[in-house]
Amino acid sequence: MSSVRIPPVLRDAVGGSRSVAASGATVAEVLRDLFQQFPALRDRVTEDGELSRFVNVYVNDRDVRYREGLETPVAEADTVILLPAMAGGSS
Amino acid sequence: MVSGENRAQPPIGLTVLRPIADAMLTHAHAELPNEACGILSGSLADGIASSFHPARNAEASPLRYSVHPEDLVRIVFEIEDAGRDLVAIFHSHTRSAAVPSATDRRAAMYPDAFYVLASLAHPEASPESALRSWRIHGGQAFEVPLSVG
Repeated sequence: MSSVRIPPVLRDAVGGSRSVAASGATVAEVLRDLFQQFPALRDRVTEDGELSRFVNVYVNDRDVRYREGLETPVAEADTVILLPAMAGGSS
Repeated sequence: MVSGENRAQPPIGLTVLRPIADAMLTHAHAELPNEACGILSGSLADGIASSFHPARNAEASPLRYSVHPEDLVRIVFEIEDAGRDLVAIFHSHTRSAAVPSATDRRAAMYPDAFYVLASLAHPEASPESALRSWRIHGGQAFEVPLSVG
């Protein structure tokens, strides 16, 4: 099981926990297990069944967009973080 | 996607301490011609922003901003570890009014936070004139009073 750190903005979707455990060998598998445990979290960070593009996922503080995306490997000692982006603009 | 249900009643308005407001505008002007961004921390219950955490704009664009992912994860947890609240998300509009665009409203993921926008359309504008504060829920923006104090 890997550790998933939950930021304050999403914490009410996991019962208030700062960190929860989820299993999986890749980010996609960890998210699948996480969403099965916490359907409210899935509702907050997915759109049409896909992870929202406005949500960043990190493994050990590294954004997985700069690694292998949802196929990024996750080891048991790793920490996964889900963190909604802060984005927008005048256009 | 993001629900504001079952949350504590937020404060009606936002107070930004004057040195913080000045720092936000200094950062915004320094980032021209691109939009600037950052995060304000303090007390959400009291509606007071007392620290400014400037961030890199990963978009490096005059029309778009995205708080750099490395800055975002560092700042968000630094704020929490310091026992503070994430109070507001800041960005500048380089030429247009300090009003959330359709892009701003669509991308808003923090229903508890204030969204503070700066308009740089008038370079000599005071913080009171340049800054406006909003809440964004369900794709709709609601202006809330902002005071500089």
